[in-house]
Amino acid sequence: MTHATVDVMRPPYPTERGLDVYNTKLGMWVFLASEVMFFTALIGSYIILRFGAPGEWAKPGIVLNIPITAVNTFLLICSSVTMVKAYATIADGEGHFFRLRPGARLSERLDFGVKFWMLATIVIGASFVSIQVYEYLHLVHRGFLPSGVREGSELAELVANGTLPAATMGLYGSSFYTMTGFHGFHVTCGVVSMAYLYFTKTLRGKYSQQDYRGIETIGLYWHFVDLVWIILFTIVYLI
Amino acid sequence: METAHKRPNYVAIWAYLFILTVAELALAFELPISRNMKLLLLLFLAVWKAALVALFFMHLKFERWNLRVLALVPLPLAVIFVLAAMSEHVW
Repeated sequence: MTHATVDVMRPPYPTERGLDVYNTKLGMWVFLASEVMFFTALIGSYIILRFGAPGEWAKPGIVLNIPITAVNTFLLICSSVTMVKAYATIADGEGHFFRLRPGARLSERLDFGVKFWMLATIVIGASFVSIQVYEYLHLVHRGFLPSGVREGSELAELVANGTLPAATMGLYGSSFYTMTGFHGFHVTCGVVSMAYLYFTKTLRGKYSQQDYRGIETIGLYWHFVDLVWIILFTIVYLI
Repeated sequence: METAHKRPNYVAIWAYLFILTVAELALAFELPISRNMKLLLLLFLAVWKAALVALFFMHLKFERWNLRVLALVPLPLAVIFVLAAMSEHVW
């Protein structure tokens, strides 16, 4: 006798034969595979430029604002949780929110559902982009440009007194802004896409326990963006 | 009979990621160890965090093998790509 089991990790709708994945999700995974190669090109170039540079490389802590970026990293991790909660809420058909008190019944949960979690993800994602823009403005103000260090700036003085290496600041500036800029662009695209889905589908109640493909697919993209940032944060800001 | 998967505890994964991020920051700026050791440990922590996101938030841990292969195929290619480019510098 066979037992039918309910697997919460499997979607309820028809999937491609053999693959057991529906088209939109498969398409997103193929796209993400290509994105791995895109970011590999950027990160690989950075590694080669840095370790093949003609001289010392600037210590990130002197040029970059690590505390604010650490906060940004934390925000992006939080947004991944809110995104996956949106997915779990709609897939399970019940609230995934905190209980009002330990041991409270399901009906006593404070449940805002998928609308809350998606909105939270959009807001946190937009906050990440805003903080990155602020970081860029701050860096440019200090004299750190994609082309190197601006003459007469605060960082130019550090170059003059030998705290920062003069020979590699141009390479550093161009690689830093290219990598973080492309990542910021991806986050912005994610926020815009999620806002589109939020206003055209989520608010209008078009997602249900029977069809939540849009949320799962945009969620995959969003988690990938978070994953890339985890790698970038370590390589660009901490090493 | 198929094995049914339970939904993972996402908040626990979030706490895990938060602790690993704090550990990274402490390692990068506070811990007095050699530069190479620091580099290796930081990369290890970053890969660990990325794996947590891929396995639990992107649900790779619960997907079928063919989708896992699709997700994993670019990774060795990425390593080959970087090593090939680095060899230009070495030789």
